[in-house]
Amino acid sequence: METPALFLCLALPLAGAALVLLLGRWPNLREAASLATGGWLFLEVLALLPAVEAGDRPRAVLVSVIPEIPLAFEVEPLGMLFALVASSLWIVTTIYSIGYMRGHGETNQTRFYACFAIAIASAIGVAFASNLLTLFVFYEVLTLSTYPLVTHSGTDEARRAGRVYLGVLLGTSIAFQLFAILWVWVLAGETGFRSGGILAGRADPLATTILLALFVFGIGKAAVMPFHRWLPAAMVAPTPVSALLHAVAVVKAGVFAVLKVVVYVFGPGHLAAIGGTSGWLIAVAAVTILAGSLVAMRRDNLKARLAYSTVSQLSYIVMGALVASVWGIVGAGLHIVMHAFAKITLFFCAGAVLVAHHRTEVSELDGIGRAMPITMAAFLVASLSIVGLPLLGGMWSKWYLALGTIESGRYELLAVLMLSSLLSVAYLLPIPVRAFARPSPGGGSGEGIREAPWPCVLAIVLTATGCLVLFWFAERWLRLLSQLTG
Amino acid sequence: MIASHLPALQVVVPLVAAPVCVLLRWSRVAWMVAMAASLFAVGGAWCLLAGVLSAGPTSYFLGSWAAPWGIEYRVDETNAWVMLVVSVISAVSLLFARRSVEREVETDRIHLFYTAWLLCLAGLLGMAVTADAFNVFVFLEISSLSTYVLVSLGTRREALVAALRYLVLGTVGATFFLIGVGLLYQVTGTLNMGDLATRIAQLGPHRTVTAAFGFLAVGIAVKSAVYPLHTWLPNAYAFAPSAVSAFLAGTATKVSLYLLLRFLFTVFGHEFVAGGPVPVLLALTGVAAVVAASVAAVRQDDAKRLLGFSSVAQIGYLVLGVSLLTTEGVAASLIHLFGHALMKTALFVCLGAIVYRIGSARIDDMAGIAKRMPWTCAALVVGGLSLIGVPLTAGFVGKWYLVAAALEAGWWPVAAAMLLASLIAVAYVWKLVESAYFRAPSARVAAARGAPFSMVAAAWGLSGANIWFGIDTSLPIGVANRAAAALLGG
Repeated sequence: METPALFLCLALPLAGAALVLLLGRWPNLREAASLATGGWLFLEVLALLPAVEAGDRPRAVLVSVIPEIPLAFEVEPLGMLFALVASSLWIVTTIYSIGYMRGHGETNQTRFYACFAIAIASAIGVAFASNLLTLFVFYEVLTLSTYPLVTHSGTDEARRAGRVYLGVLLGTSIAFQLFAILWVWVLAGETGFRSGGILAGRADPLATTILLALFVFGIGKAAVMPFHRWLPAAMVAPTPVSALLHAVAVVKAGVFAVLKVVVYVFGPGHLAAIGGTSGWLIAVAAVTILAGSLVAMRRDNLKARLAYSTVSQLSYIVMGALVASVWGIVGAGLHIVMHAFAKITLFFCAGAVLVAHHRTEVSELDGIGRAMPITMAAFLVASLSIVGLPLLGGMWSKWYLALGTIESGRYELLAVLMLSSLLSVAYLLPIPVRAFARPSPGGGSGEGIREAPWPCVLAIVLTATGCLVLFWFAERWLRLLSQLTG
Repeated sequence: MIASHLPALQVVVPLVAAPVCVLLRWSRVAWMVAMAASLFAVGGAWCLLAGVLSAGPTSYFLGSWAAPWGIEYRVDETNAWVMLVVSVISAVSLLFARRSVEREVETDRIHLFYTAWLLCLAGLLGMAVTADAFNVFVFLEISSLSTYVLVSLGTRREALVAALRYLVLGTVGATFFLIGVGLLYQVTGTLNMGDLATRIAQLGPHRTVTAAFGFLAVGIAVKSAVYPLHTWLPNAYAFAPSAVSAFLAGTATKVSLYLLLRFLFTVFGHEFVAGGPVPVLLALTGVAAVVAASVAAVRQDDAKRLLGFSSVAQIGYLVLGVSLLTTEGVAASLIHLFGHALMKTALFVCLGAIVYRIGSARIDDMAGIAKRMPWTCAALVVGGLSLIGVPLTAGFVGKWYLVAAALEAGWWPVAAAMLLASLIAVAYVWKLVESAYFRAPSARVAAARGAPFSMVAAAWGLSGANIWFGIDTSLPIGVANRAAAALLGG
């Protein structure tokens, strides 16, 4: 179905960016423009949902760069889900940013909001891409547009981090991902995403394995070890950036791309047919899950701890994709949504603590729950969702990921999942426990309630509620994702 | 009437315009004459290309002397394309040159500068259009000698050394070329390329022909700065006047590479070349160039030298495409030849504009310049992205086809080397961008203003073309595919 509205989804955030630049001198109008485009974008994306649920695939062709490979878009369930997550959380993050950026007295706010909008446009482009080249183009734009956000503070540390960020993301994408895309093109004669994949019968097991590795490592945004260093480095960015981009848009664009490549380029059937040759890649993902958790336990800086937790959680999705069983893929898709809501909440909380009390280290958080009860309660909820406890959305994705490992008979991976859940209990739960159970340093409990500015609190409440609500409304996403596996 | 003489006019107009500049002696008018001649060449090349695309190759016989005896100018897809690139680059560089040359060349020599420029242009266009091996040598010398002059006009004393070095190596190259032509003439008794091709094919394996091939190949390799015969290039580009660097970067090596294609495929033929060690040798030098020259580029402190080494690396890419000896590979090289001309000239023009304002091309001296010259620096970034090969720029399209052609031929290490070099390109482009955008401005920079409009226009004309041809790729891809098919098919 030809749907020019897809262009609108891309153009809206870009127009938003332009508007932000124009309105730079009037902060209130500027933020209103951001919010308005965010809301409109979300409605546009939402309007596509019924058609996709009905099995339709809205598509549109932008321009033909390489004769056989146009820049083209096609909405399928995975992309639908990712676009919904990114666009809905953009609104919430904008609300949060208003409180955070002003409360924290950040400079260059116009550039910040403009780059943010461009990043969202490229995330939407990644979500709707209908072939590997289009995906690659928007993947690179996403990297470049987030660079000014990472180096926002302009300090030497930020610049160093920015160099790691660009180096790893651009480097892996050019050296491995582009190579893999070209190889696919030469093997299959096309780079389009088709259900069932395009490589079956065209790539022998060895080529398939090498290609898979090139994609998994070439999509550096998925942060599979050893190419994960950019993510902790990116934490020098202002918290809203870490929250939306480095817990949702950028990293999820990475795992989304891995998932999409597995489902639509390799095809689960083809991967299953070549058997265990991809086993070592799964092992790399498993190691990343465990090592990420272990490193997270040892980090005292709150944002660094959350970043390593993200590294670990992203590899859940990579693992689910590589196992390539029906439930594994569904679980991986679901985890994109569930982890997004939980992790963005955690980052929001970390930023709120920074704005309200200027604390960045876990060890400084003793007793802070009494001053920030809403924030730390939301932190608890989101932590439990990451751990995967019932009544929270995170439970479902873990459930299906676990089913996926059982389905393919890989019980050692099931053990990895369970062990990692335990580890996440160990690195996340001590934080709310400290905050509520321990006395404040200096013993003065009389400082009363001092939360972050209200837009921050509002955003935190919204996303934490999201974690709870998603537990009850997971079925719809489940049905959408089961289209993937027939 | 005029249309039928276009192939000759491509050479004649700049050749006649050159002495006119000497006689006029007035710098502003000399510039206008040079610009008019370049624009004429652009129009002529465009008409020739359109004619070739619709009606096939055409021959023109100088003085109406028929082919094997008289000199033939033969226009096909390949050289019409190369002429278009050369003349466009000349015109855009001239737009930039007017203000830049006023600053960098002594006033009473400016008309001579444009004379040399026009001679160089005539030589380059002549090398492209002629189908006579000895005539190629004549034009090669015309363009080379005028290039030595242009380089030596640089403001710094090192320019003289750089020009001398270029002169020595260039003369060695030209002599090798002449020896090759002489040997061929001795064996076949003809100088016309089409005629040579038939007779070489009839001769079969022949030691003199092989020797001639060796001399010709080395001679052309020196002129096109094929690694490791590139040593003249970085300094020549670094110390030449800014406008000359821009002009040469987009034209001189490109035409020499065209000669390589012409002699490999038209004169000696695919079978002759494929039988020998040539593909492997070319591939080795290509890989060495893309990797070693890129690494060398990262280590430069002078932005113009950096771009010079980057040019050597990019020539490596072109050589790699040719070394595959496939239609895809040659087409990819022709696409990248066009893309590289656009991006490298854009970069040299931007640097030239910066040099115009701050008087230095050292990367450290440019710290923080983006605040003062936002338009120029933005164009610099676009050119840099194209050089890296970021999607939606002309550079991406060329690299895409080069890597794809290498993969199709099964040359994995070559494909890997090309991507590796792209990574290194990220590093050296980043050096420029970081200095311009993310460092505190020096005192020298703080006093700078935006570049003159003509320079910004030239820079954005080229950078815009980089984006345009990164999105609408039908022209370069269409022409390159037809040209490659014609070269390898016939």
